Amino acid sequence: MTTRIGKAFARRTRPLLIACLVAGDPGYHDSLALLREIDTAGANIIELVMPFSDPVADGPVMQEAIRRALMSGMNTDALFSLIRDFREISETPILILTYANVVMQRGITAFYREAAQAGVDGVALADVPVEEADPFCRAACDAGIDPILFISQTTSEERLLRIVSRGGGFLYLVAALGVTGVRGEIDPATIECIGRVKKVSSFPLVPGFGIGSQEQVRAYSRTGVDGVIIGSAIVNEIHDQVGQPEKMRDAVGRKVRDLVASLG
Amino acid sequence: MIESTRFGVYGGCFVPETLMAALEELESGFRTIVPGKEFREEIDYYLHEFAGRRTPLTFCRNMSRDLGCRIYLKREDLLHSGAHKLNNALGQALLAKCMGKSRLIAETGAGQHGVATAIAGAALGMRVEVYMGEEDISRQALNVIRMKMLGATVVPVTSGSRTLKDAINEALRDWVANVRDTHYLIGSVVGPHPFPTMVRDFQTVIGKETRSQILAREGRLPDAIVACVGGGSNAIGMFTPFLSDSTALFGAEAGGEGLDGRHGATLCGGRPGVLHGTYSYLLQDAFGQILESHSVSAGLDYPGVGPEHSYLKDSMRVTYRPVTDREAIDSFLYLSKTEGIIPALESAHAVSLARNIAGEMEKDDILIINLSGRGDKDVAHVAAVTGVCV
Ligand SMILES: Cc1ncc(COP(=O)(O)O)c(C=O)c1O
Repeated sequence: MTTRIGKAFARRTRPLLIACLVAGDPGYHDSLALLREIDTAGANIIELVMPFSDPVADGPVMQEAIRRALMSGMNTDALFSLIRDFREISETPILILTYANVVMQRGITAFYREAAQAGVDGVALADVPVEEADPFCRAACDAGIDPILFISQTTSEERLLRIVSRGGGFLYLVAALGVTGVRGEIDPATIECIGRVKKVSSFPLVPGFGIGSQEQVRAYSRTGVDGVIIGSAIVNEIHDQVGQPEKMRDAVGRKVRDLVASLG
Repeated sequence: MIESTRFGVYGGCFVPETLMAALEELESGFRTIVPGKEFREEIDYYLHEFAGRRTPLTFCRNMSRDLGCRIYLKREDLLHSGAHKLNNALGQALLAKCMGKSRLIAETGAGQHGVATAIAGAALGMRVEVYMGEEDISRQALNVIRMKMLGATVVPVTSGSRTLKDAINEALRDWVANVRDTHYLIGSVVGPHPFPTMVRDFQTVIGKETRSQILAREGRLPDAIVACVGGGSNAIGMFTPFLSDSTALFGAEAGGEGLDGRHGATLCGGRPGVLHGTYSYLLQDAFGQILESHSVSAGLDYPGVGPEHSYLKDSMRVTYRPVTDREAIDSFLYLSKTEGIIPALESAHAVSLARNIAGEMEKDDILIINLSGRGDKDVAHVAAVTGVCV
């Protein structure tokens, strides 16, 4: 069965833009409005971060957004409700990015089943490497959800093959050594890694972490990747405008439109 | 990973993909370098000539008379640096050096592990950066000064509860960004595989010495052993050589204000989940968000615990009980006055639990308390809390 994520990659004529928001940042209703905004601005897939209190893979911008969202009362119930509300107006594919404990405390099977019912297409877990992925991947597949796995420049050949054989949707390439947050340059080791992966797999490959500028997006498009994930650069626009919902939406929408334009 | 990463269902390797290569490299170094003759000779030199092992097993005449059984203290407070943490810091620092790393990072709560890492770094010629929550920096000021004098950089952590949990988050973030030249020297039996196994092995020297000391002295094994449990390294290091014997084993957790209030008693008051790379008991809400812990002792103020302790709890081999802040402070003063030994507040939790257990023991029964550290770092704090004028 192909999910909305699989179909989006199959149909693509240029690299896709995966735009990221933190669920409930800065509040539930703002968050719903922002989802609509990035959708109409041209995001091809939406990555929705479900906040976790101890986000070890995240840099300062994401940490702050996660804190705002938790303060506003975001939790797993509210996450699924937010996605159901969004599904009333849009069919754009959604993946959830969160941490293992959020899924485990819901019950692994229950989490994926509820997610599928709410209209989620993929789930990525920042602290679940392929060694720990089996129970999550199984529950995801049973629910018709893509289990999205990560690779990085430090991933060995042997593990890469295991990851490709277990994962679904696309390969999430951690494009910078370190936490989320915008960086200036593209790490040459990441470019080399893209070549390495493309040799062994035709699975869609999408870099994320550290990408924020139009130049970076253009540079990545030339490497043959199937999309780019933009996280902190979008979330940062929210940070600067908290308390001014309209300005916030405008800034986020403008950022997404600019990035879409540079994908060619 | 080649070895099993689990203790029963607990443990594992829940980390970002970027760290997996570093953990595999570490596991391989631990498996191949540590058992080698050269490493054994080096670590023996540092433990004995430099750190002052072996530490005494002191028979406590006054406490034994007072409590009505034979009480011994394993004196990790007399180890160089003032706590057991140095056993692990020297082991890991030496391993990191053999693996070609030039930089050590560490988290610290009470500051004892930060001091131990700073000492190991100075002795072995490696750069050291220590992450420490702002809250802990203010309650453990003496150790902050010691770290700086030893040449380490102390990085204040301002996120979350500004204690040990947040310091570990920051250290993990640093490690993800700098895996190529940096070793993350975790201070307890927590974190992803291979840390819980590796830290246990470096701390097991405590239990091995204790076993031969008590056999030499009493001709038999102890009836009970008590240790405090933060992450659980001094406890596991003490318990491991006794696990297949009939000795009763007890772990004292941070009961804080009591289990109805704020506390750090993860095993007594938590449920299993994933934090900092491992599946183990945790303090968390219904949605899996981690709760802030509380303890008067910075070294026990952590909402997680080592995965092997979760296994030992479920299998009922070890009994874990909470000790409140007030009980710990009372035992801090009790040991100081009764035996002339000022314990770390962490270790005072073990003393308190031992005083309770002693009530159920016979006159000739042997009870060993692992005195994990000395209390110099805590005297100002205890003076302030109890209103003693200094
Ligand atoms: C003296 C002392 N004892 C115990 C602990 C708790 O750690 P663990 O449970 O790993 O022994 C600490 C931690 O800082 C400490 O300084």
